[in-house]
Order: sequence, then structure tokens, then C-alpha cells
Amino acid sequence: MTVATRLLPAVHVSSTTATLQRIAVIAIAVIVFVIVFELVRRRALMERYALLWLLAAVALLVLALWRGLLTTLAGDVGIYTPANALFAAGFVFVIVLLLHFSTVISRLSEQNKVLAQRVALLDERVEQPAPPSSQPSDP
Amino acid sequence: MNRYIAIVPAHNEVGAIADTIREIHAAAPQFDVLVIDDGSSDATAASALGAGARVVRLPFNLGIGAAVQSGYIYARRHGYQVAVQVDGDGQHDPRDIPRLLEALQADPQAHFVIGSRFLGPPTGDRSTPFRRVGIALFARVVSLLTHQRVTDPTSGFRMTDRTGIELFARDYPSDYPEVEAIVLAHRHAMPARELAVTMRPRTSGTSRISAPVSVYYLVKVLLALAVTVLRATPPQGRSRPAERTS
Repeated sequence: MTVATRLLPAVHVSSTTATLQRIAVIAIAVIVFVIVFELVRRRALMERYALLWLLAAVALLVLALWRGLLTTLAGDVGIYTPANALFAAGFVFVIVLLLHFSTVISRLSEQNKVLAQRVALLDERVEQPAPPSSQPSDP
Repeated sequence: MNRYIAIVPAHNEVGAIADTIREIHAAAPQFDVLVIDDGSSDATAASALGAGARVVRLPFNLGIGAAVQSGYIYARRHGYQVAVQVDGDGQHDPRDIPRLLEALQADPQAHFVIGSRFLGPPTGDRSTPFRRVGIALFARVVSLLTHQRVTDPTSGFRMTDRTGIELFARDYPSDYPEVEAIVLAHRHAMPARELAVTMRPRTSGTSRISAPVSVYYLVKVLLALAVTVLRATPPQGRSRPAERTS
């Protein structure tokens, strides 16, 4: 048995697996698309944040359809295993997203605090008559 | 209308709030009393109203920093010239308020006076040994940052004038604000003066700082101090959302 014949079935199987993987990735990208669209349609997700996820799904789709792109990109930055390049990119994406959400939450907390303070101060003005000062001196 | 106001932050202090208000009225009658009810689930607000205070009820618990800031916003709006912070749990003795006022008004350079339980002879409640270590650490850091001796940076018993009212209404630290507020005021050319006071064991409620969170407290405040020092001093005219009022 020559080296070539021993390798042939392996290559064949690998090719089938690759096709299956590609179909799976395309399916995942489509599912993400559908879920995100549905959330936006139900107003459970704002377009602003939906864009991020749609972009991620598009990236996934491009990588699945464009044969060899991932391998080329991985090779260009010196990563031998394309899968590792994908993991690294995904990891960075998630970290950036989390940082972004932390800033969003911080802003919302601050706005929430200001609103609560204003409501409380207005409430005091309305509910307790004859305030100690008749002329608020605020500029 | 009085030109002076006592800001009393309170969270579930129904057992002590009425006495605190009555003591302030008795010891410092020239002060209006404003209780900030920080989302209490008990009858703190009703008790405070009954004792003759004005009450601002926050719709939910915002934490001591935002509660106290609400008081300063109120003081700014109503044109108060002096504000003193007094805890609602009975720790601070209102009989010290006239002394704080005297210290604030005696020196035109003084804008910010803090009652310290560690100045003077060791009397009264001085917190637990464990906490004293933390307080001593903060005291060292704050003293270094502000180039002056600060002995009790966590004391919430403090008085400031119109300058301080306007600063704190505009910008006040969150979560554990006492230590940071000293550095913030220093950055705005309002060095803190300390005055020896005697503190009493709290008569109701529980401390904000339980053992498990004290390490978090320590790290958070140190980080916040570093940020406060590194942050550019905001220009006086800058308008944050809290400042704009209708």
C-alpha cells in the first residue's frame, strides 16, 4: 500500500467534514441573523446593539463561504491553525463587547441616579407645602 | 427661613431618626433639617416628618453618595449658605454642630470642616480595631494626597459653606464617598479642617461596611482616589445633568 492510497480516504473524509462544518457555520450565522431580527422586530433589542451582532454573523458567513480566507488570514498573522485565529478573533470581539456594555451600564446608572434625585426633589416640592424657601435660588 | 441646613441621610433608621432630628433642633436651632430617605422600607420618612424635618424620599436605594448629593442639590436650590452632614443613626452628636459652625466661620479660608473622632483625647466610639486599620490607611493616603494631616477621613460628620454646597451638588462621589470627597474638595482649593468630636455607638440600623465588603471598600476607594487625583479639575461652569434644574 503506497503512501498515496493510504492518504486518499483520509483526505476524502476531511473534505466531507469540512463541507459539513461549513454548512453548520452557515446555519449558525443564519440562526443568529433570524434571532437578532426577531428581537429587533419585537423591540426587545435596539438597532444600535443589533448591528454588532449582525456584523458578527456576517463575519461568520463570509468566513464560511470564502474558502481559504481564514487560512490565509491566519497565515498572514503567523497563526498555524486557522481555528485558533478564529478563537482569538472571537475572544477579542467578546472582550470589546463586554467593555462596551460596561460603559453603557455606567452611563445608564448615572442617568438613573440623576433621574431618581430629580424625582425625589420634585416630589418633596409637591407633597410638602410651604417650603423653607419661597424663591429657589438656582441659576 | 434659616440660612443653614442639616443634611441627614437615612436608610432604615426608624429607631433613631426622630431623636436625631429633635437633637439637631435643640442643639442647633438655626439649622433646617432635611432628611434624605434613601429608599427605606421602614417608616423612616414618616418618623422624620413627624419630628419636624423636611424629607426627600429617593424612589429606591441609591447609596449614601447619591443620597447626600441630593441634599446638597436641595441646599443649592434653596440658597442655603452652610450645610452640615449628620448621620441618621445617632452616631454624631448634634451638640458639636455649633462648634463646627464656629470653626467654619472663624476663618475666611475655611470652607470645609470635618468632625474627627481621633483628634483630641480618646473618648467615645472609635470603631472596631479592624476598621481602625483601614481608617488609618486612608488617613495616611489622604494626608499624602492633600499635603496636610487628616486623621478621620471616613467621618460623615462634616460641614461646608456655599462653595462646598455648589461643588458637591455638581459632583459628589458614589458608593463610599467620605474619603474621596476630601480629596475632591482639596482639588477645588477647599482643604478640609478637622475638629475633635466625640462619636457615639450607633443606636439603630447596621453599618454599610460589613467584613466581607471591607476589602472591596478598601480597593475601590484607593482606586477612586487615584482617579480623582488624575482627573482634570472640571471647569466651574461645566453642567452635568444633575446640575440643570427647571
